[in-house]
Amino acid sequence: MSDELAYLGRRVVAGKMSRRDFLGRAAALGVAAPFANMILANTAGAQTPKKGGALKMGLVGGESTNSLDPALWLTQVPQNFGSTWGELLVVQSPEDGSPQPVLAESWEASDDAAEWHFKIRKGITFHNGKDLTPDDVVQTITRHADEATKSAALGVLGDIDTVTTDGDYVVFKLKRGNADLPLLLTDYHLVIQPNGGRDKPDEGIGTGPYKVEVNEPGVRHMSVKYDGYWRDDVGHVDSVEVIVMNDNTARMSALQSGQVHIINRVEPKTVSLLERVQGVVIEAVPSKGHYVFIMHCNTAPFDNADLRMALKYAVDRQQMIDQILLGHASLGNDFPINQSYALFPEGIEQRAYDPEKAAFHYKKSGHSGPILLRTSEVAFPGAVDAAQLFQQQAQAAGIQIDVQREPGDGYWTEVWNKQPFCASYWGGRPTQDSMYSTAYITDADWNDTRFFNEGFDKIILEARAELDDAKRAELYREAATMVRDDGGLILPMFNDFLDAHREEVKGWVKDPNHETSNLRAAIRVWLDQA
Amino acid sequence: MGSSRILILIAQRIAMGVLLLFAVSALIFAGTQILPGDVAQSILGQAATPQALANLREELGLNDPAIVRYFRWLGGVLTGDLGTALSNGRDIASSLEDRLGNTLFLAAIAAIVSVPLAILLGLLAVRYRNGAIDKIISGLALASTSLPEFFIGYVLMLFFAVKLQWFPSVSTVYDTMSFVEKLRAVALPATALTFVVLAHMMRMTRAAILNVMQSAYIETAELKGLSPFQIIRRHAFPNAVAPIVNVVMLNLAYLVVGVVVIEVIFVYPGLGQYLVDHVTKRDVPVVQAVGLIFAAVYIGLNMIADIVAILANPRLRNPR
Repeated sequence: MSDELAYLGRRVVAGKMSRRDFLGRAAALGVAAPFANMILANTAGAQTPKKGGALKMGLVGGESTNSLDPALWLTQVPQNFGSTWGELLVVQSPEDGSPQPVLAESWEASDDAAEWHFKIRKGITFHNGKDLTPDDVVQTITRHADEATKSAALGVLGDIDTVTTDGDYVVFKLKRGNADLPLLLTDYHLVIQPNGGRDKPDEGIGTGPYKVEVNEPGVRHMSVKYDGYWRDDVGHVDSVEVIVMNDNTARMSALQSGQVHIINRVEPKTVSLLERVQGVVIEAVPSKGHYVFIMHCNTAPFDNADLRMALKYAVDRQQMIDQILLGHASLGNDFPINQSYALFPEGIEQRAYDPEKAAFHYKKSGHSGPILLRTSEVAFPGAVDAAQLFQQQAQAAGIQIDVQREPGDGYWTEVWNKQPFCASYWGGRPTQDSMYSTAYITDADWNDTRFFNEGFDKIILEARAELDDAKRAELYREAATMVRDDGGLILPMFNDFLDAHREEVKGWVKDPNHETSNLRAAIRVWLDQA
Repeated sequence: MGSSRILILIAQRIAMGVLLLFAVSALIFAGTQILPGDVAQSILGQAATPQALANLREELGLNDPAIVRYFRWLGGVLTGDLGTALSNGRDIASSLEDRLGNTLFLAAIAAIVSVPLAILLGLLAVRYRNGAIDKIISGLALASTSLPEFFIGYVLMLFFAVKLQWFPSVSTVYDTMSFVEKLRAVALPATALTFVVLAHMMRMTRAAILNVMQSAYIETAELKGLSPFQIIRRHAFPNAVAPIVNVVMLNLAYLVVGVVVIEVIFVYPGLGQYLVDHVTKRDVPVVQAVGLIFAAVYIGLNMIADIVAILANPRLRNPR
């Protein structure tokens, strides 16, 4: 966050400035209201933590198939529990998305950003008593970067050529320059393990503030404070218990009756009800995650740029936010980046619902007949309703959309990335580069809009190695414009993270990088019990 | 002569059961092959790279033909080796043990309450048939069975967990809990299950006994001056045992195999939730193992019902 905003935030907290004035100043500085509100809340949350207590979280996203091996984490329960016992080299700042040191104390890059030196913090012990060494870091990274691995972080580490130790340093040599390397290492899979977890990847030994006590996948996990932990600003409670609650109502009643302190994924529909419950606080945080309708740019009829444009003008984004997510989202502009990312391209015109322009482009495309849109309740919460709403909105422009509801089972294997037009979602990525390289460059692993554009690829590669932020920002503006105007992505909305906690939970950091305070709610909060 | 006939009949039933179980095992295996999607893709999820997928498929032996995998699996099952879960590499038999124990615990608590209650209510309804008590019992039972189980669960949760806070809404049980703590934890799900199965058993008890009550020998009993309750207890009930046991067993089987909804809403670590988790991950060995256990429970309980029916019915014992 800029210094000026931080200063203004402190003035509001001190009562020297009104919240309205703050938002006005923030807008003048080019910060949208939801983000400004978040900054304000974080400033207000800065109080002295209390120590002790047993924290309980009831979370959706746990199965009996879960493992403690960080390479296999995909859902919220292992991710959240993982942050209690494991640590990364770097985490992303909740305020401006910049890399912040954790197990890596500091780092520098060569001028072409192709060689990086990370200084590894000394005097840190694993829960088994072993000292953390640069070699553990090297082994961790190479295990995840191994082609034979099953690690979901494999794609992130594709650019790494060699990783070696050099005294207290770990040296990364990259195949080509990448100014974002520190941010790529914030991937939640890259928990540093003794010998990189090569001996026993799922033993649950890390350097985190809590050590694993109970591991019953799909039921509950518990960790207790590790006495030898190295810092004081996280890990306030004595123990953390994560209980798997995949049913929405079960989570809500557990929170209401005080059996758990924190729940995740509050349904937008029930937010207003939960808000009225005494002793419960809702945390709505604008996120990088987005809900989308994706078209294959290389498949008829979507290979026609005018048809794609017609469909982009045919969606009423605000109505979709209001009706599908009941306002708990922010407007999308058909490129997958929002203000939560560093170097967000400011000032690109917001695309608005315009049935006339839609009709104009539709006519120009020469297409006639219905367009088939596939959707499913698993595509994103409310995806079936959203598709039907889209259908109605497009009708005003004379475009006929047929909505086909697909079974949730197998949607990600049979429909997404196979069918030319369907509903889907994306979670955020740490950087603009990783978002674009994951899904928009020609040889991306999941180019789910079949967006093949050499000029675009060149820009992304150029920006990746560019260490000058101003030049980089300009390149990203160009990239965003290309996806927005030519791509197959219809992005009506960025969803909010919706978590809730009991009133006695204090110190919640609003963090746009990942849900439940960047998966770190358990180690960041404290319990203010009378 | 009579007792050896019974033994043969019982042996036949058991042999039938075993045969059926083999047939079911083949069906389960075939069924898991038809599931859409691919194990490796399901394990790695949307964020899987093609390289990681290929590696995993190779490692899991998914490239062998189905028939080879069926007999390999069957051989393992017969020697007590259920294999390891594809998704997290854990031994299936030991993971199943806890889950099965929990499921049986919840089923047992629900059965201990619901079976005697259902039969007692059934007897009461017959005794006061077509009177106010019969109508009230039947009406309430029908109402509770018509409501979906998640609704009953949520209503119980709202009143007894959220409003009154007598019982926890979260029924997670674990080894370190004492028996009383466990009982308290499962109070709400067991109550919900009781509501679900009560009506069926109660109605069948009532119908079966009423059916018998039409018989001539009941009239004889009436004529010789027995009280209505004695008639039901001594003459009607023993003759109605077979259908009652049948429906009781069906409901017991349901308590074991059909409670996934209750498990999910009360966060109870039972077998149903375990099965669903692994179905969505295409974790075929686990799905097969759990499917087989469910089939065994179902076939076993029905077999017991058949055997009780044989023992209780002289006509089946001595077929003409």
